[in-house]
Amino acid sequence: MPGPVQSIERAAAVLELLSAASELGVTELAESLGLAKSTTHGILRTLCDVGLVDQDRRTGRYRVGRGLTELGAASVDVHQLRSLAANWLDALAVHTGEAVRLAVALDGRLVVVHHVFRPDDSRQVLEVDSTRPPHACALGKVLLANGAQLATDLSPFTRRTVVDPAALRAELATVRHRGYAVEVEERVPGEAGVARPVRGRGGRVIAAAGVTGAPERLLDRSGLPHAKLLRQLEDAVQAVTRELAAA
Amino acid sequence: MAGRHVLAIDQGTNSTRCIVFDQAARFVSVAQVEHRQFHPRPGWVEHDPMEIWANVARVVPQALHRAGLSLDDVVALGIANQRETVVAWDRRTGRPLDRAIVWQDVRTADRVDQLAADGFADVARRRCGLPLASYFAGPRMAWLLDAHPGARRAADRGELLLGTMESWLIWNLTGGPAGGRHVTDVTNASRTMLMDLRTLAWDDELLDAVGVPRAALPEIRPTMEVYGTATAVAPGVPIAAALGDQQAALFGQTCFAPGEAKCTFGTGAFLLLTTGTEPATSTHGLITTPAYQVDGEPPVYALEGSIAVAGSLVQWFRDSLGLIRSAPEIETLARTVEDNGGCYIVPAFAGLFAPHWRSDARGVVVGLTGYITKGHLARAVLEATAWQTREVVDAMLADSGLELSELKVDGGMTADHLLMQTVADVLGVPVARPMVAETVSLGAAYAAGLSSGLWPHREVLRRHWHRAGEWLPTASEQWREEGYADWRHAVQRSLGWVREGRSR
Repeated sequence: MPGPVQSIERAAAVLELLSAASELGVTELAESLGLAKSTTHGILRTLCDVGLVDQDRRTGRYRVGRGLTELGAASVDVHQLRSLAANWLDALAVHTGEAVRLAVALDGRLVVVHHVFRPDDSRQVLEVDSTRPPHACALGKVLLANGAQLATDLSPFTRRTVVDPAALRAELATVRHRGYAVEVEERVPGEAGVARPVRGRGGRVIAAAGVTGAPERLLDRSGLPHAKLLRQLEDAVQAVTRELAAA
Repeated sequence: MAGRHVLAIDQGTNSTRCIVFDQAARFVSVAQVEHRQFHPRPGWVEHDPMEIWANVARVVPQALHRAGLSLDDVVALGIANQRETVVAWDRRTGRPLDRAIVWQDVRTADRVDQLAADGFADVARRRCGLPLASYFAGPRMAWLLDAHPGARRAADRGELLLGTMESWLIWNLTGGPAGGRHVTDVTNASRTMLMDLRTLAWDDELLDAVGVPRAALPEIRPTMEVYGTATAVAPGVPIAAALGDQQAALFGQTCFAPGEAKCTFGTGAFLLLTTGTEPATSTHGLITTPAYQVDGEPPVYALEGSIAVAGSLVQWFRDSLGLIRSAPEIETLARTVEDNGGCYIVPAFAGLFAPHWRSDARGVVVGLTGYITKGHLARAVLEATAWQTREVVDAMLADSGLELSELKVDGGMTADHLLMQTVADVLGVPVARPMVAETVSLGAAYAAGLSSGLWPHREVLRRHWHRAGEWLPTASEQWREEGYADWRHAVQRSLGWVREGRSR
């Protein structure tokens, strides 16, 4: 087992000192840690770069950064997320005429936290609190593409489920690049899905929102989502992101 | 798309909103402005009528602008309003006599006690369908006339006009001092304690007892009728409907037929059940109220039961106990445990309302043991709203002889799935949430659209009601009945806490 990493120990000491004081200068920090000023400065620069420490531009002094408080705080409460998102996702269902879901990664599983019925009054069952296989649905691909810790066994659900790890990796890179994910009969025959990321404060992806419906309603002939649908979905996730920022 | 939209004005307790709906009853745009709340003395709550009228004049063009529409695209305008709030104004100048006295205001408690002492409780119940309470508008009108020298004389001569919020707005919209129409609709008039529920006319005995001159009162009209054409704010647009906000929500939920009910879960909760063309008399402390009236048809009545403390219990849990940071987190905390652990909270913060009407009750937490965690308390908070809903529903079914097959819900608390599931479990019927959450505005738009002929008949509106979510009862009959027995036991513990000679 390797021993403790000295630079991390020193960085931790810097953070402890900063969290105890409101602001400190590089000289004060170096003195109280018994380190060379240049070493201390290097540690502070690195911590600033990753957002754990902020430097006051005017005075040049350092304080605990916003990134650190976000690390410590629990992720957004899923029920608050639902409460903030509900109106916008209801409107998305009305305007697209399709079922809408909001999902998060919770304890390694993809969990549906909000579900709006397709507005056609057919018998539908509320799927809130149910889980879905992340590799086989658009919601899951959005979360996986953005670093969510989700267990994936790549088991097939239909003939079209992506079960090859390399193929999934390549698709997730596309999802990150395009900003949306698509599923076409990969979980359930006769069903397609399109999803986009919902971002919390600081741009971190905290959830995925998406619609599901018949492939011919959601996708064009080349298998891409209709531009109007992508726009409606974008408007909805932007609105939810704004609500989260204001909360 | 010219001439195919409806404007709904929702003049509420905290804000005034205008929502534009299209012919498919879909939400198009909204504009909203809050107004000031005045608390000049403990228990007094006032609004500035001129501020509210100015806000109406702001939100209507704003909502149209956001929708990219002009007045040519509007078929009709409907109003839903905060109920029981009273305005008095000068017929010639249009200037209010005083600020509006808001429904939460309790300054008329003494007058209401006097009416009770004079034996009017029975008359109010039989003729108006109301319990004697400071909640209703008539005594506020009388208070205004007595508080201002010369006001009563001016009212007798019809120079000073009285009305609830929709009367004030319709009068201003239709010209104000230059020939504005002084009207009210049956749902609003029924909350004055001055209208006979069966004849839908002002009742002389009650006018006399409460002290309001007929000359100052608006003409009572159906809910759906073109009251006039707007000359201000939306010139040329017919004003085609007005109704109280809770009746509007009932209409927006398309609860047109006997046995259809809705519950709005907000700070408090408002349950209304449509009962039919005969008013159902309540022997269980509920309010009998007109639900709506189409011009030329008999009115359709409803029973109403209010729960004073619902969402506000969650706010108390957040703000006063600090056990959660945001209201929705109550569900997160409640889900940390399987059940309530035997703990019940009866939130009788200001006594118990329907169906108990016990002002000597105060809140209790019962069933505390060392086992109880904050998770159990959170469950008890949510269950308190569910059990109170059950009590009101039971009272409604007993009074009306109807059966409930489903409860339609709206309001902010419907985002709490644990609460909605619990309501389905304690009632033993499905609970359904509609796609359009703005049921108050939608109800006003429906009423105005029907009255102006945009929609041929209310039954077609059912096609626009779509289920956005549904909770089916999953609990066993045994769980339901044992839990209800425990709840009633807990309610007994809350009664009689307020005693003579103790200040609270």
